[in-house]
Amino acid sequence: MRKTLFYIIIITAVLALLGSCREDEEIYLKEVVPVTQPEYTSVEGFYLLNEGKKDWDLASLDYYNYSTGEYERDVYTDANPTVVMELGDVGNDIGIYGSKMYMVINLSNKVEVVDKRSVKRIGQINIPNCRYIKFYKGYAYVSSYVGPVALAGEGGSDDDVYQLGAVFKVDTTTLEVVDKCVVGRQPDELDIVDGKIYVANSGGYSQGAKIGYENTVSVIDIETFKEIERIPIANNLLSCKCDKRGILWVSSRGDYHGNQSMLYAYDTQKRRIVKTLDVRVGNTWMDGDSLYVISNEWSELSSGYSSGTYKIINTKTMEVVNENFITDGSDARINKPYGVAVNPITKDIYVTDGLNYIQLGFLYCYGQDGKMKWRLRAGNIPAHFVFLGDNINEH
Amino acid sequence: MLKQITVTLLAIVACILGSQAQDTNDAPLGLDTVQYLENVVVYGRKPYAEVIPAQTLAGKKLEGLNSHSIADAIRYFSGVQVKDYGGVGGIKTIDIRSMGTNHLGVFYDGIQLGNAQNGQIDLGKFSLDNIEEISLYNGQKSEIFQPARDFGSAGTVYIRTRRPKFMGNKNDNFNVTMRTGSFGLANPSLRWEHRFKPNLTMSLSAEYTYATGQYHFRYRKKFSDGTIAWDTTAVRKNGDVQAFRAEGAIFGTLDDGKWNAKFYYYDSERGIPGAIVNNVWMNSQRQWDRNFFVQGGWQQRLSEKFETMVNAKYARDFMHYNNPDTTLMLIDNKFWQDEIYVSSANKYTIMPDWDVNLSVDYKWNYLNSTLTNFSYPHRHTALVALATARTWRRFKTQASLLYTMINDRYKTVYQGETLAHHSKWMHKFTPAVFMNYQPVERYDFYLRAFYKRIFRMPTFNDLFYTDMGNANLRPEYANQFDLGFWYQRLREDGFFTGLKLTADAYYNTITDKIIAVPSGRGQYRWTMMNIGKVRIIGVDVTARATMHIARDFNVDINLSYTYQKARDYTDPESTGYGGTYKGQIAYIPWHSGSVVGRATWRDLDVNYSFIYVGERYSTSCNERAYHQQPWYTHDLSASYTFALGSTKLKVAAEVNNVFNQYYDVIINYPMPGRNYKLIVKFDF
Repeated sequence: MRKTLFYIIIITAVLALLGSCREDEEIYLKEVVPVTQPEYTSVEGFYLLNEGKKDWDLASLDYYNYSTGEYERDVYTDANPTVVMELGDVGNDIGIYGSKMYMVINLSNKVEVVDKRSVKRIGQINIPNCRYIKFYKGYAYVSSYVGPVALAGEGGSDDDVYQLGAVFKVDTTTLEVVDKCVVGRQPDELDIVDGKIYVANSGGYSQGAKIGYENTVSVIDIETFKEIERIPIANNLLSCKCDKRGILWVSSRGDYHGNQSMLYAYDTQKRRIVKTLDVRVGNTWMDGDSLYVISNEWSELSSGYSSGTYKIINTKTMEVVNENFITDGSDARINKPYGVAVNPITKDIYVTDGLNYIQLGFLYCYGQDGKMKWRLRAGNIPAHFVFLGDNINEH
Repeated sequence: MLKQITVTLLAIVACILGSQAQDTNDAPLGLDTVQYLENVVVYGRKPYAEVIPAQTLAGKKLEGLNSHSIADAIRYFSGVQVKDYGGVGGIKTIDIRSMGTNHLGVFYDGIQLGNAQNGQIDLGKFSLDNIEEISLYNGQKSEIFQPARDFGSAGTVYIRTRRPKFMGNKNDNFNVTMRTGSFGLANPSLRWEHRFKPNLTMSLSAEYTYATGQYHFRYRKKFSDGTIAWDTTAVRKNGDVQAFRAEGAIFGTLDDGKWNAKFYYYDSERGIPGAIVNNVWMNSQRQWDRNFFVQGGWQQRLSEKFETMVNAKYARDFMHYNNPDTTLMLIDNKFWQDEIYVSSANKYTIMPDWDVNLSVDYKWNYLNSTLTNFSYPHRHTALVALATARTWRRFKTQASLLYTMINDRYKTVYQGETLAHHSKWMHKFTPAVFMNYQPVERYDFYLRAFYKRIFRMPTFNDLFYTDMGNANLRPEYANQFDLGFWYQRLREDGFFTGLKLTADAYYNTITDKIIAVPSGRGQYRWTMMNIGKVRIIGVDVTARATMHIARDFNVDINLSYTYQKARDYTDPESTGYGGTYKGQIAYIPWHSGSVVGRATWRDLDVNYSFIYVGERYSTSCNERAYHQQPWYTHDLSASYTFALGSTKLKVAAEVNNVFNQYYDVIINYPMPGRNYKLIVKFDF
């Protein structure tokens, strides 16, 4: 009898002690994965920014090293293990300027600045709801969804309230915000041509609402840092990249209700749209005279995705020159084409697969022949690329 | 992890050995209702009333647990996982046997709490103040005489509020309670019970809760050599809550029958503390809820063989969500839900050991909202349940067939214009079979098994939430197979006054699971799809021992343990490093369990409880980025009851999370560390 009590007490105690297996979570040091043969060009490698799902604080940075042929996961935490809560929540853009690399971390309301080679943290620039970044003459320009809240029309009902966005001007030496220019609603990608910033406004907060999407590109004169013009292009704009002839390639997202995404070529000299291409656009990458365009598009009407498209557009002729740059059929394995990049020297093409946004996504590498060279798992929602090397980040 | 299994097995073995050591005087089974209500040593209630008994927490045992809400108490049941967003005001939902929150039916005083909008009942909103008993059933309550809706969930929790009880000639009972403690808690409540005449009583209760919801939390990570990489402590903000609850009920007894009617009103405002991420330590979203319902039931034996029961309910729920933070999308949404419910259950006794029951229910739900392009959905549900219970000597069986007919009516609206009206019909038949066998009459040892197939309807949010819902969704199915036993031994004297052991092994499958998938580029567009597949193999074990140690000194120990392998079979292509195929699904630990010990000496009552939740992943991709450490909390409480003439004064103190462990249940939603509570209760 007493023995049983003894057992029960012992078991209770042991169960309680067993609980003691909680430990502190370890910081992720980098994982190095051998991928392929080394390759020696002036392109040393590329960084891939994984967005990380919202609220999970899971943005992460990977690096592909051409001189070793190795893929390195989590290089940011490896270089900066003491940064509280790591890289942040939802990485949205990445860029290199001078010796520094800038990562736009959307829901952490900051641009993280690191050394482009060591990835050691230099500082951060606090910009709320920041989206995309570009550089010009010692300054970084960052688009943000946060500008003033305004009233449309007469005002009054809730529907009439809308939120404008802004472009922030950041001194790349001091990492201080020095100015701010209000633009349209929910501005996304931006580019800089002839002393002017062109930023694609989306109006994405107002989908389905009476006020509707935004349909303009805002033009900011860098000298005065004032918005000087709004160019109507199409509803719900997303990407905005300029080619070397001053043609701005702007894409719309469509409205998911029958109006599909489209690609527009706007001539900044002639100040008009010179070409409209009926291609679906999810993401783009400009390489010389080639614009790489990937997509798979959601439609509310069919509650499904169209199959993925992987096209190349010649920016000189403004025609689709390659209907599918993946030739070996491996595009069927890509669930959600998300990011795209092209090595400026070898012209190898990199495509990421966001999958269900929950698990770790894939990075695919294709040769110019369109055949898959390799693929591997990157981080959660692999998305944004930047190449590292001397004299390759010119645009 | 193996260690835990071993220990649990040890526990079982020890209990069995313990029981062998006893002499064989069988205590009478089937404690009667009066005893039950008076909280004499109680084990399972009326073991023969149901084919498969529930896990139950009631009376003083329930009172002794350091729990603020019903969700806190349910954590002690085996097979249950609580999703807790932390703090007094944080959402707390329950998942039984890894089937998902939407498969759980929650019944409040006999009638299901509905939430057609998102299907989830936030049990954090139900305080334990007025609660007498909480029971958890896997499958369904295996009693055939019940409304059709009671057959309609994969698992059910029954919450029963306190019934008025009067001693002697006393016709009024009053209770005044005040609770205070950490998080700036102020929580007064009042109850009045009155007896009009012997067969007519009523109760009224009201409660107010205020908490600042602030607490310290700590996040840290270390290097592989154990040194700290980073370590940060901050204060959880915007977790404040303010809530008022009022409840009233009237109970009548008739010759061969009874009736009751009640109302419930809840009004609250709370901050939504949100996820903690790099550079964001505070959020500012707010939520307001107002819930109201009236319900009633009447049960009558009309003849020796025929018994009937009628239930009805009307509920109206209001929810207002606001994001005032201009750095994010401004949101100000309001939702109104209505539900009307009527039910008739009819039991006919063919032979003394053979009953049949026919129940017919009708339910109407409507959701109104300020969302743009909203669908304004109506849902008509008709349920017919045919059930039978048969006893052949020591073999009891029960079978039921549920017919569900659903008609959803909604609009398609775009940019303010109605494009179309829709009406969708659905018919489904779903069966359930329960069995119980007592191999030897002399021993309280029963083998039990059940099979149940049921579905959960897509909720209005799944179907119609603007730009997120998918009107083409089908129901999500759950199949359950369960095999187990329970054993108990009761004695009136001796050291061990009771031992009880239950164990169940189960296999569940979820098909057409409704999960969120991205709909478009970027993370701001999601929709729902019927693509998930989950298979769950699990074991639930519970053990209980009550001991009489010395005069007036009793000890009661409860152990529960759950092992679950809940694997994601959705995407067979997603294999290898980072894949989800056969990964353990989000937030389901392999091992979990609890220990509750209660010692009473005269008017002193001391409780200790321990909850353990093993390692988990926040997604079915079981890689390091999603890893979640185990967590476990030790809670202590003590209470003493003083008699001051006819007034009883009870003073209780609680220390929760004694070892001040900082943990998350949901990733980036920090839970509180050590916290305290003081309770003073007057009964007169």
